[in-house]
Amino acid sequence: MTPGLAEGLGCSTAESHGQQVLFPSREQYLVLIGALADDGYSMCVDLTGVDYLEYPDRVLPEGVEAERFEVVVNLLDIGRRCRVRVRVQIPEADTSLASLFDLYPGTEAMEREVFDMFGVAFDSHPDLTRILMPEDWEGHPLRKDYDVGRIPVQFKEVRQ
Amino acid sequence: MSADTDGDTGFYRRFQAGTSEGEQGLRPRSEVTAQELMREVGAVLRMSESDVAHLADLPDDDETMIINMGPQHPSTHGVLRLMLELQGETVLRCKPVIGYLHTGMEKTGEQLTYAQGSTNVTRMDYVSPLANELVFSMATEKLLGIADDIPDRAVWIRMLLAELNRMSSHLLFMATNGMDLGAVSMMIYGWREREEVLRFFQEVTGLRMNHNYIRPGGVAADLPAGWRDGVLNLLDMIPDRLDEYDILMTGQPIWRERLQGVGVITPTEALALGATGPILRSAGVEWDLRRDQPYLHYDEVDFDVVVGSFGDCFDRYAIRLAEIRESMKIVRQILDRMPGGDYRIQDKKVTPPPRARIDESMEALIHHFKIFTEGFKVPEGEAYVAVESPRGEIGCYIASDGSANPYRMHMRDPSFVNIQCLPHMMRGGLVADAVAVISSVDPVLGGVDR
Repeated sequence: MTPGLAEGLGCSTAESHGQQVLFPSREQYLVLIGALADDGYSMCVDLTGVDYLEYPDRVLPEGVEAERFEVVVNLLDIGRRCRVRVRVQIPEADTSLASLFDLYPGTEAMEREVFDMFGVAFDSHPDLTRILMPEDWEGHPLRKDYDVGRIPVQFKEVRQ
Repeated sequence: MSADTDGDTGFYRRFQAGTSEGEQGLRPRSEVTAQELMREVGAVLRMSESDVAHLADLPDDDETMIINMGPQHPSTHGVLRLMLELQGETVLRCKPVIGYLHTGMEKTGEQLTYAQGSTNVTRMDYVSPLANELVFSMATEKLLGIADDIPDRAVWIRMLLAELNRMSSHLLFMATNGMDLGAVSMMIYGWREREEVLRFFQEVTGLRMNHNYIRPGGVAADLPAGWRDGVLNLLDMIPDRLDEYDILMTGQPIWRERLQGVGVITPTEALALGATGPILRSAGVEWDLRRDQPYLHYDEVDFDVVVGSFGDCFDRYAIRLAEIRESMKIVRQILDRMPGGDYRIQDKKVTPPPRARIDESMEALIHHFKIFTEGFKVPEGEAYVAVESPRGEIGCYIASDGSANPYRMHMRDPSFVNIQCLPHMMRGGLVADAVAVISSVDPVLGGVDR
């Protein structure tokens, strides 16, 4: 990453096991990813979520307020052969985030998966529907307050 | 047809009630705005708004038809469902509908200890189980801080198996790609050679698939006596068989006619869609994690990264065929380089004591019991590790809260991302070529749905 790029936007940085991690706020998120895309990060390899409900006291750099959800984005620069990870905090009260579809169309399925599994809504995503669970499924399975095996089978046909 | 009008649509309404996934599917053209259509195509192609304006002048509902391909279709490699919008024989739009094989394996991964984790992840992309185990183990080792302390022999064993797994996976691709395109005898040949590789896996790991062999800290057991002969047998046999494939397929005019110029993807599209592996390389982008971000000892072996130039189905076929030969080249070097030593790290925290010690030492027994019941604790932190699986970049993101179970374990599966290329490869092509395109993406639905 070009030095000073994250600092210029006022975004916290950290290093985790030799990997560079950036912590933008939700407002900085789209601007930062846009700046990284311009900086040569041509591919978004991964976008996923984490529900930190049971682990609120995790280590975060100074100035980053821990919230319940996190969206984790992994970007790759093929030219310089380097990666950067972006972690953005999302409060439980308003689980929404800007969609990266217009910057990286490949995030279409990944954002749908995070929506499906965690209930994070991506603004201006072209097709925000469930992707892995049936469309009439209730709840978001990878949330920590969603018990394992709470409902063994849930199909529309059975409920009728 | 809309279901909200009465009369003769009542029949269709009953029909629709019987299927449960309308909203996730492809919507009829009359319900989609031109703006949405332009966004769907234009965002990926990086087209300006004026360039995509012509996309809006498309036929209306009467001239097009939406059909389902799959989920139960022999060429969908499992349970992939594609909704295709056709005008005559031409595919206008396509939407993959997935999730039929979803079993919540990432959630399961949170309930299992790190020591049990390999058993879970190996079942995701079941055609390249060793790549899944490898990336999970490497992520765990990174969090444990022992990534650089894995004994040399364990690292070379991991490389040997990863490369053999690449061969077995690509051999299976040869079989299914041949069958999908009508070279039905290829199904038998590809499967036959793959079975020989799996037989070697069975000798080493005890199982043909779902090995649970690569574990955090090393591998489960040392290579058995006679393993070298087993590998040499494979290296003797497979090159001749690959030459037969060349005769049967590569040079055949019919084969080329079916694949060349079909399902073309440009480098820009492939990068925008996050495609990796043979799909990205077929478009001419030289990117292979083994060479560009080396892990294990890939920087010490000599091999070529095979790239295509047209981004079509033939390039993807040819790349995989050439990659089998490259993998054999790597395997030969591994045979020369395989060092002696331990096959797992002797770190009391991660590694159970040797079997013989359990008989004579109470502490060893307790230690053994604790590792297999409670597992080992992993320090707090998070890490993302990626390796090159036969299908592209497989990544593992683990967030640890310091306990013996991963707080969150996410697998970035190449097939999940790669199938997003299907609509772009198929657009404007013939429905008969759709089969060739699916086959050339080589998705494994166990990995897509997890």
